[in-house]
Amino acid sequence: MIATLLKATPPRARVLLALLLCVLLVAPAFADRYVVSVLVLVFWFAYVGQAWNVMMGFAGLLSLGHALYVGLGAYVSAALFVRLGIGPWAGLPVAILASVAVGAAVGWLGFRFRIEGVYFALLTIAFAEVARIGFDHLAWTGGAAGLFLPVSTGGGGAWWNLRGGPVFFYYLALALACIAFVLCAALRHSPLGYRWLAVREDPEAARALGVNVFRARMAAVLVSAALASVGGVFYAFYYNNLFPSQTFDVARSIEIILAPIVGGLGTLFGPILGAFILTPLGELLIALTEKAGLNAPGTKAVFYGLCLIVIITLAPNGVWPALKKRLGIPQEEA
Amino acid sequence: MLRIEELDLFYGDAQALDCVGLEVPEGAIVAIVGANGAGKTSLIRAVGGMLRPARGRILWRGRDIAGLPSHTVCNLGIGQVAEGRQVFPSLSVRENLLMGSMLPRARAGRAAMLERVLALFPRLAERAAQAAGTLSGGEQQMLAIGRCLMGQPELVMFDEPSLGLAPAMVQTVLAAVADLNREGLTCVLVEQNVAVSLRLASRAYVLENGRVTLSGTGVELLADDRVRQAYLGL
Repeated sequence: MIATLLKATPPRARVLLALLLCVLLVAPAFADRYVVSVLVLVFWFAYVGQAWNVMMGFAGLLSLGHALYVGLGAYVSAALFVRLGIGPWAGLPVAILASVAVGAAVGWLGFRFRIEGVYFALLTIAFAEVARIGFDHLAWTGGAAGLFLPVSTGGGGAWWNLRGGPVFFYYLALALACIAFVLCAALRHSPLGYRWLAVREDPEAARALGVNVFRARMAAVLVSAALASVGGVFYAFYYNNLFPSQTFDVARSIEIILAPIVGGLGTLFGPILGAFILTPLGELLIALTEKAGLNAPGTKAVFYGLCLIVIITLAPNGVWPALKKRLGIPQEEA
Repeated sequence: MLRIEELDLFYGDAQALDCVGLEVPEGAIVAIVGANGAGKTSLIRAVGGMLRPARGRILWRGRDIAGLPSHTVCNLGIGQVAEGRQVFPSLSVRENLLMGSMLPRARAGRAAMLERVLALFPRLAERAAQAAGTLSGGEQQMLAIGRCLMGQPELVMFDEPSLGLAPAMVQTVLAAVADLNREGLTCVLVEQNVAVSLRLASRAYVLENGRVTLSGTGVELLADDRVRQAYLGL
């Protein structure tokens, strides 16, 4: 599978990818803590962006509530750890299962009753909002006051409990982003991936060709929810604190989808490129405003809004497709 | 091969098909003629499993397939080329064709079939890497037909294949249908180009307001006064 994928990638792109990966692998040795922490964010947004891209980019299903799946993954794994002492590796399958189950409910309701397009997006927002309000009142996970993970457990900074320093999380996030990339590439070129594209382009035509549209869409939601859930587990153990008002917020859902939109919807490399563009700029902006002594909480949102306007006017398909055209990489690849 | 008996179909309260019966023998071209809104497309979509009939039977090689989902029907060997072509615009021509072979029945022979389709429509071979949305109307129709053939159907229902095409292209597309039929493909042809489709067809049905009002061989209908008046303007 991976061999055929490699063969499908043009040599120039292969060299570039390998070079980028090498730089990122040795980066922690040279970069300071701040840069490492920004790169962790970049990888994280690249990862969850790819998860979201499976639904929107591949299958054409707009989800504006992806914070739901990420948040569920975070809350389930964190609560298992804090309340029951179950480590994150054992909690991971449970967290994935929780997100997949909720994803199945959203998908079933949406596709069974033919809720399409914007209305489906509203459904996803509704579910995320219900989760936010629900977790606000769920005492077992700390309610609105938040859920906190002990920074150092009995065993100390053990990797099997995802307790580690910034460099540990750096490599973990890098690995996640890379795994998601390979997985998405494999899916994109699989029979399932082809069905997703057919459904995205024209659901009626896909149906006429014998594609089971319901099943294809359902598969997209489940895969996307499962991937997002893993991102949530990482989030919980990296930040060590969870608040429903942040974790399930619509603003978080929007933040998740910006990188793939800016990078290029439905492309493999787009979400990663988008994260590399948006996150460092956003963080830099915050650092600068703080340095200038300005306290402007909405700065990032305004910046993201401006970015979207610029992208929509200059490269409506995203940066990556525009860049590909410039570099002469055939459109069919990646 | 395909036999439809007493088929009723409704959109809400509106009846689209009323006790429709027809027969498609193996190897034939069967034309369905009728005005806009007569129920031609509804009939095709009902057979294809896209719409669920309220009553009646659709017998495919003796088995009732009425109400089965479209992915099951397609895999039985019943293909359709929908009205308005419906190619996947941002995918390449090759990807569009491969989409047609996603059916379990078509997976094994995919490479051979692709070669056959590209030989049948050399224009598609020239444009294999191009996005389907950039093709001309006629080329898109070839692509839609080719994509359907990739599913290795035994029966193909063509819904207005020449609609909106340049006259020269109309000839090419209808000639392709005739060629495919000569190679053994059974065809159901819904065409606004009534004269041509009746000349091609070994059997034809006239649909009016969801009912079959006239049937016979293509030649018989061509000579029928009612058909000549209503559809040929003679």
